[in-house]
Amino acid sequence: MGIYARRVMVNRIALSIAMAAALFGLAWLVWILGTLIWNGGSAINLAIFTQMTPPPDSAGGLLNAIFGSVALTVGATLVSTPVGMLAGTYLAEYGKHSRIAEVVRFINDILLSAPSIVVGLFIYEVMVVPMGHFSAWAGVVVLAVIAIPVVVRTTEDMLTLVPNGLREAAAALGTPRWRVITMIAYKAARNGIITGILLAIARVSGETAPLLFTSLNNQFWSTDMNAPMASLPVTIFQFALSPYNDWQRLAWGGALLITITILILNIVARALAAVGTSRG
Amino acid sequence: MANIALKEPIPLRTVDHGRRMRMQDALFKGTTQLFALVVLLLLGGVIISLVIGSWPVITTFGFGFLFTEAWNPVTEKFGALAPVYGTIVTSIIAMVIGVPVSFGIAMFITELCPQILKRPLGIAIELLAGIPSIIYGIWGLFVLAPILQRTVQPFLIATLGHAPLIGPLFSGPPYGIGTLTAGVILAIMVLPFVTSITRDVFETVPPMLKESAYGLGATTWEVVSSVVLPYTRVGFIGACMLGLGRALGETMAVTFVIGNAHRIALSIIAPGTTISATIANEFTEAEGDLYTSSLIALGLILFVITFIILALAKLMLMRMQTQGRR
Repeated sequence: MGIYARRVMVNRIALSIAMAAALFGLAWLVWILGTLIWNGGSAINLAIFTQMTPPPDSAGGLLNAIFGSVALTVGATLVSTPVGMLAGTYLAEYGKHSRIAEVVRFINDILLSAPSIVVGLFIYEVMVVPMGHFSAWAGVVVLAVIAIPVVVRTTEDMLTLVPNGLREAAAALGTPRWRVITMIAYKAARNGIITGILLAIARVSGETAPLLFTSLNNQFWSTDMNAPMASLPVTIFQFALSPYNDWQRLAWGGALLITITILILNIVARALAAVGTSRG
Repeated sequence: MANIALKEPIPLRTVDHGRRMRMQDALFKGTTQLFALVVLLLLGGVIISLVIGSWPVITTFGFGFLFTEAWNPVTEKFGALAPVYGTIVTSIIAMVIGVPVSFGIAMFITELCPQILKRPLGIAIELLAGIPSIIYGIWGLFVLAPILQRTVQPFLIATLGHAPLIGPLFSGPPYGIGTLTAGVILAIMVLPFVTSITRDVFETVPPMLKESAYGLGATTWEVVSSVVLPYTRVGFIGACMLGLGRALGETMAVTFVIGNAHRIALSIIAPGTTISATIANEFTEAEGDLYTSSLIALGLILFVITFIILALAKLMLMRMQTQGRR
């Protein structure tokens, strides 16, 4: 076999392997989503949205868990959005390449991928231990801590994309710096910042591990933020590992609900970001 | 603006107005800076609270904690060796499977894929990254583990299990759940992370370089292996380490399928445990200060390991970026 023929063959083999890898990767996605829709779809009915989590071996729903998840996520979003936005504003508008901004950026990127279970232990130490009991507030704080790096990162990225000409034009009119940022830069980057917040919500709403030792779980309807609260991920965890068929079915239903919510959030966020960049 | 200036006495307003504006400016800048520092505070808080929480363990067991396999809540003898071992082994399995596949997919997307498919494929990969780990966990428990138990594991035991040297790695009964299953689930989970960063890194290669190679008659594979890969080596390694950082700290997906057995088994088919799975499984049931403290100490070990890996990954990706700008 000549050199040329060999090179062509090696190339063909390598390309086939790459294509096989792509198919292999997609196959998992299809398989996981397929099972999820198959098992979860049959479990979703009206009762899931109207009834409480049942005792073992009886039918019921996930209402208290859904409410808990919404309450925890909303709380975390309310805390993390202002904190993350202001920190991101500092990095993009004031700090830029200063030493302190570089350090904050580096640490933020590490927190972005840090194991969430460790954040859970941190909040357990600073909130659950002093308070003496598990509570929904601790769950809110833990999710906020996980969401902040996401908001910081996207806010900074999006503000950096705002053309400097806009800022200069406003400054030339005598607008003070903070008005330039709040009225011009925020406005120009609005879609991008909302994207970041949506991505943070998506990230947070599937978090399970840190909730295990902060908000814990609650089998009953509870709106008391000072008491343990049920959430979808923790309920799924508990129900999926149980030997009861009813509980396992509910776990699949809850898993499908979470996945659909997160996929929708991701898709909306991406669409918003696309609109934002095409206009800018 | 012009209107206001005409209506009101100018000198008085500019002095007063100017000072107020400067104060507001300084206030806003100070506020943003304060919140930027909150990020540092979070990191500091995590480290300090974990050290304080694991203090009883540090004073009782010292460094021996790291090298002890025992984990006995009754006699209050604790050691981190088994979970640390499990964490490392599952992550290695995940990397061995995940990295080549991610490389293949990234190569497919950047070099082979028809233009129309490029974006949908990229989006599909990124959506896969967004699925929470508990979904992978429940899927692994109910779908993957039984399949591995019936097909893959008996096959491995019957073939590789009798091979010299590596035989013991694949021996024992097929439980379904265990170290191998956890590694496979982790591989599926890190796949999208590593793939999407690798793709971004591959796209920083200047088209001129690739076109020159093609112009000399290089095949696609030759362009990838001798132009793209050398140019992006640092970034690719960074992407892999980022994936490794994720794999090490991943909790829920592993907790479902690892089996939570506190021992170091030579066989990768046997049940084991990881740091995160141990914490998730035992924390709420832990009684006694030393037990709780041992779990927090495990968290501290996990945080230190992932921090180092993630910092290295970040430094490598940053080097890639400055190289791209040059």
